[in-house]
Amino acid sequence: MAGGGSFDRLRLEDVTRRFGEARALEGLNLEIKGGEFIALLGPSGCGKSTALNCLAGLLPLTEGSIWLDDGRIDHLPPEQRDFGMVFQSYALFPHLSVRRNVGFGLSMRGVHKDETKRRVEDALGLVQLAEHAEKYPAQLSGGQQQRVAIARAVVLEPRVVLMDEPLSNLDAKLRLEMRTEIRRLHQKLALTTVYVTHDQEEALSLADRIVVLREGRVQQIGTPEDVYTEPVNRYVASFMGYRNLFELEIESGVDGHVTLVGDGLRFEGRNRQSVSSGRAVAAVRPEDFSLQATNENRTDARVEVVEFKGRELDIEAVTGGGGKLHFRTGERLSPGDRITLGVPRGRVLVFAAGDEPTPQGKS
Amino acid sequence: MATGVERRAPGGAIKAPDQSGQKAALRHRLAERGVDRTLLLLVPGLAAMVALFVYPFLYGLSISFQPQEGVSALANYAEFFRDPFLRGTIGKTFWLAVPATIINVAAAIPIAYRMRGRYRGKRFLTIILVVPMTLGTVLVAEGLLSYLGPNGWLNRSLTAVGLIDDPIRLVHNYWGVLISLIITGFPFAFLLILSYISGIDPTLERAAATLGAGPWDRFRRVTMPLLAPGLAITVCLAFVLAFSVFPSAVLVGEPAGETRVLSIVAYRAAFEEFDYSMASTIAMIMAALELGVIALVLGWRSRLYRGSTSGGKG
Repeated sequence: MAGGGSFDRLRLEDVTRRFGEARALEGLNLEIKGGEFIALLGPSGCGKSTALNCLAGLLPLTEGSIWLDDGRIDHLPPEQRDFGMVFQSYALFPHLSVRRNVGFGLSMRGVHKDETKRRVEDALGLVQLAEHAEKYPAQLSGGQQQRVAIARAVVLEPRVVLMDEPLSNLDAKLRLEMRTEIRRLHQKLALTTVYVTHDQEEALSLADRIVVLREGRVQQIGTPEDVYTEPVNRYVASFMGYRNLFELEIESGVDGHVTLVGDGLRFEGRNRQSVSSGRAVAAVRPEDFSLQATNENRTDARVEVVEFKGRELDIEAVTGGGGKLHFRTGERLSPGDRITLGVPRGRVLVFAAGDEPTPQGKS
Repeated sequence: MATGVERRAPGGAIKAPDQSGQKAALRHRLAERGVDRTLLLLVPGLAAMVALFVYPFLYGLSISFQPQEGVSALANYAEFFRDPFLRGTIGKTFWLAVPATIINVAAAIPIAYRMRGRYRGKRFLTIILVVPMTLGTVLVAEGLLSYLGPNGWLNRSLTAVGLIDDPIRLVHNYWGVLISLIITGFPFAFLLILSYISGIDPTLERAAATLGAGPWDRFRRVTMPLLAPGLAITVCLAFVLAFSVFPSAVLVGEPAGETRVLSIVAYRAAFEEFDYSMASTIAMIMAALELGVIALVLGWRSRLYRGSTSGGKG
């Protein structure tokens, strides 16, 4: 069951979808290599599901085109695209047994009975559901249903597998297991996959490349490492775990480093968007603040809320200027404790303050 | 349910702990089986059913076995099946009710299928399609008489265009009744099927499409099997509605001839010959035939998938 290699490039050119005046997706440009795992990441309403439905052919484009190598496919109905899809709600046929659910696509393609039987069994074995083949979807747990949905999509060895938040209906533990399962399947079958999620952890752990979307526009395209360590704007940063976003006044800037002051705070960090004057945002991850060692970016604060997180504590503190600050520490602090934190210059990212982020791509 | 137990138990616990313990347990067990005070809510409905349906039915059944002439209790039934004039009404009734049911349901399925989902103007369209139901049989019959009659618009326009020389007869015969049954029966079938079809998760068809199923396969392999149980119910109701046809069979039909349906002969027996016993016999035969058809359809339904019509968690 190794497909995926049946094409080299899946290209989305200026893919745009509007609902009346509402712009669900605006000019999405993306080139996906055969066998690649792409995650579309963003909060609800960012256009990621719209993009997926456009790819599947379930939603016509308003503008733009989709190409598979040199063939244009955006005018094809979904049944002719040979893309498998896994739905958020699983969408298993409730009147068919697991076996017949998985075999549905094969019988639509007129695959011979014996071959259908063999491939269905292979697919069910792959998702470890072989012994449930005769059951009906209603007799399965959520995780099992989701595995059937995945088997049903991959049994066709589709050119592309589209997954629409497939794990969002599962509980936390199962979600982790299924995430590993999906990654394992992808490594085994090398099927080109486009995966929609609002969970940055899911995107980071699964994808070869991540597309961060906001209000229908691409913010950043890059490897998980790129997006995680080098977010291009404050929006992507906040999505990637930069929980502390201090909007301050620019004091000075030299050699890609810039110093911000205000609210009793002073941060020196890396200039990510070439800001030079006015207001800017310093972004810091909670885990980058430290109580020891560093002499850079010293900040005084008072502990307010302490959340137990096992080995570490999540702490919300108040700075001299009254602003909130989040950090993580192994020390056992209590509310009311006065502390001094530091963070290395290299770990502070400075972005433009303007709410409207400049869209830019990077591949 | 549970409050009944809680309210009772503490009061009894002081006086006779053992007894109240048992009592609470019994109430609890009953409540678990659905036996509790809310059952009292059934009383008005049950009383009405008994007074308006069960008693008249049993009364009718009993007088059908008390013929005015003849000695045997089954004399009326024997008479009905011996007399070709009476016996023939069964065939005539089926000959109207079955095509009317099939046409109504068959026409409602594609229209309801197209109208599933949400879009602007759906309510307006639904109203248009359902309005005939509110008109009543008599109004529809009058409309048919003036529209389809020998001097009606239809015949006059067809003659004017030169398509026909003599007016086609569409009223005071079989066709008039069939058309009337379709006009009044279609909205019922349509409304029922629309609600069943709207209850089917639309994602299932999308899933089928991504699996390579074209429009026809999606309908046949996904929508139809999930609709079928509801379709069976719709067929039953549409059939019963058509089978008991009376006003239109008289008004736009040929009540002495080809549309002499069961309800007409029952009416005649009761109010022209004043033979209530025979009239009851005919009514009982009607009921038995209807029940037979319903049993047949529901028997088929019981062999279908009848569970949820959604594809998982929403």
